[in-house]
Amino acid sequence: MSDIPDTVEGDAEVLSDDPPVETTGGAMDSADRLREHDIWVAGTEEPDWIADATDEGAQEMLPRDLEPGLELQRGVVVDDDYLEDETIIGDERQILNMGPQHPATHGVLRLHIELEGETVRRVKPIIGYLHTGMEKTAETLPYISGGTNVTRMDYLSPLNNELCYSLAVEQLLGVEIPSRAQAIRVLMTELNRVSSHLIWVATFGMDIGALSMMIYGFRERESVLAFFEKVTGLRMNHNYIRPGGVAADLPEGWEDDVEGILDTVRAGLDDYQDLLNGNPIFLDRTQGVGVITPAEAHQYGVTGPIARAAGINFDLRKAFPYSGIEQYEFDVPLGKHGDVFDRYLVRMEEIRQSFRIVEQVMETMPAGDYRTDDRKITPPPRKRIDESMEALIHHFKLFTEGFKAPAGEVYQAVESPRGELGMYLVSKGGAKPWRLHVRTPSFATVQSLPVMMTDLIVADVIATLASLDPVLGDVDR
Amino acid sequence: MSDEATPQDVADDVVEGAHVRDLPDDPILAGLAESFATVEFTSFQPIVGPRQDTAIVPRDDLLAFVQAVKDAGFETFIDACAVDHLNREPRYDMVINLLSMEHTQRLLIKVGIPGEEPTVASISSIYTGANFYEREAWDLFGIVFEGHTDLTRILLPDEWEGHPLRKNYSIGAVPVQFKGSHKSS
Repeated sequence: MSDIPDTVEGDAEVLSDDPPVETTGGAMDSADRLREHDIWVAGTEEPDWIADATDEGAQEMLPRDLEPGLELQRGVVVDDDYLEDETIIGDERQILNMGPQHPATHGVLRLHIELEGETVRRVKPIIGYLHTGMEKTAETLPYISGGTNVTRMDYLSPLNNELCYSLAVEQLLGVEIPSRAQAIRVLMTELNRVSSHLIWVATFGMDIGALSMMIYGFRERESVLAFFEKVTGLRMNHNYIRPGGVAADLPEGWEDDVEGILDTVRAGLDDYQDLLNGNPIFLDRTQGVGVITPAEAHQYGVTGPIARAAGINFDLRKAFPYSGIEQYEFDVPLGKHGDVFDRYLVRMEEIRQSFRIVEQVMETMPAGDYRTDDRKITPPPRKRIDESMEALIHHFKLFTEGFKAPAGEVYQAVESPRGELGMYLVSKGGAKPWRLHVRTPSFATVQSLPVMMTDLIVADVIATLASLDPVLGDVDR
Repeated sequence: MSDEATPQDVADDVVEGAHVRDLPDDPILAGLAESFATVEFTSFQPIVGPRQDTAIVPRDDLLAFVQAVKDAGFETFIDACAVDHLNREPRYDMVINLLSMEHTQRLLIKVGIPGEEPTVASISSIYTGANFYEREAWDLFGIVFEGHTDLTRILLPDEWEGHPLRKNYSIGAVPVQFKGSHKSS
């Protein structure tokens, strides 16, 4: 260790002997930087940067008697399942830092975990590593381009985000959407639910050691994404569902493609069942792990498959139907135990129920326009622009200043694959939203992590986190 | 462009006209309105979708009202967010979104917060889930929640200056602030 500074100085000399490439000042800077971030050898005098580099600031996990938000971290607020062992003294506890660069954190989530041996006693989720200020960006984008922003939040279910945004804007505008556009929206979002659950089962399998599961899940998901690419032009971040309808009609022969998806994924689901459902290792890793009770789920705002696995019979598609989804028949699968295994079963059944909806959409797809014919909201067809001055003006106005939404505020929620995705939209009458707040399901589930993880062992932390299906783009926005 | 009524004009009437009532026609909300005289109820019926009920609560009554709403059956905490109205008084709104799964009903609770003294009571003792949402509102709007156990920044780095979702916080041309950036430049 002690000869590292010498090497650094040597490097600096070499660089400074090379005048055409770099100035001496630049070389010295880089050498200084290297020395500054050198490794500190324990036992020697502690350099200044050590304290800074390991300083957690306000997010530090403090000793229990000093910790202000202790209840949240213990997860004892609702149901006290915490067993304090008085014989363990403070020295036997250690704080483990998992993430933000951990492969099993599904992005850049970071967890402070207090351990007693192998047992987790406190968990503190630290988020914000993927914060890109999308709510502020939304205030600068006209309604017509806002979809490009929201679709990037939950990048595994972009169509649900677009649907939620479009529904919120349409509520402000008070426009009605043609039935074909509604059916296309239902078709695409349900397929999106399938692709999202498939990538969940793939990464979940990988996290608990069933590595082949990852290959299978991605393989089947690919068939859905290929269809998305054919319809929308993109595999992710489609901006396909827009205020007023959808961006384009379904391509010729879309029924055959969807049939293909149904066959592929159904065969895949049978494979997963053979692989996982009776697998003793899988059952050991998932049953009774990461339990959340209905009361805790209500308190923390946990919704979607996780709440349904705990036995909460609530699905926004049934409770507050949107986009004409009430005309299709489907069941809401429920779990009993609220553990990781039930979440797996619920999600697999949701895929099958989504297919039921997709089949009904295929049978009853109405003819007609795929977007509203209100020219103040949707652009005129290309052909009309050549013929009509009015159409040209509409087109120009729409893409330069956008349409204005009347003053008001709406809260619109849709059932995304992760739970309740809500958008609270405030308009002051302009062409841009005054405020867009996105209530993301992952934000609520990440907050409830301590409830599920306390008193588990470290290996179960991974299984629990994976079972929640958090998307960090959705958490941090 | 023609001067005839545009869809926006029609929609204007929908938002501001006939659908705003003083008291919603609903037994739970009527009961709440009876015990809280200072709370103002409005409701808005969009063309599609469920009715949206809003309760506008004075700042001092917030905790008592939220507790009463929870006791009335709104068991699920959904959302809490702030809105900056800039030139309005009170400047900020805190919007709390609660859901009753049993009655399939939502309620938005709005509380106005003055700009020169942006403090409001924390509801995280009633709904634990509000904790992160209030930290987010503090982080992005600088609203101080009294009684919150751990009011620290949640999305932005600890060293960040200002509260960027305020309307007078400009976008663009802000040097990106990272933890420890003063050392490595």
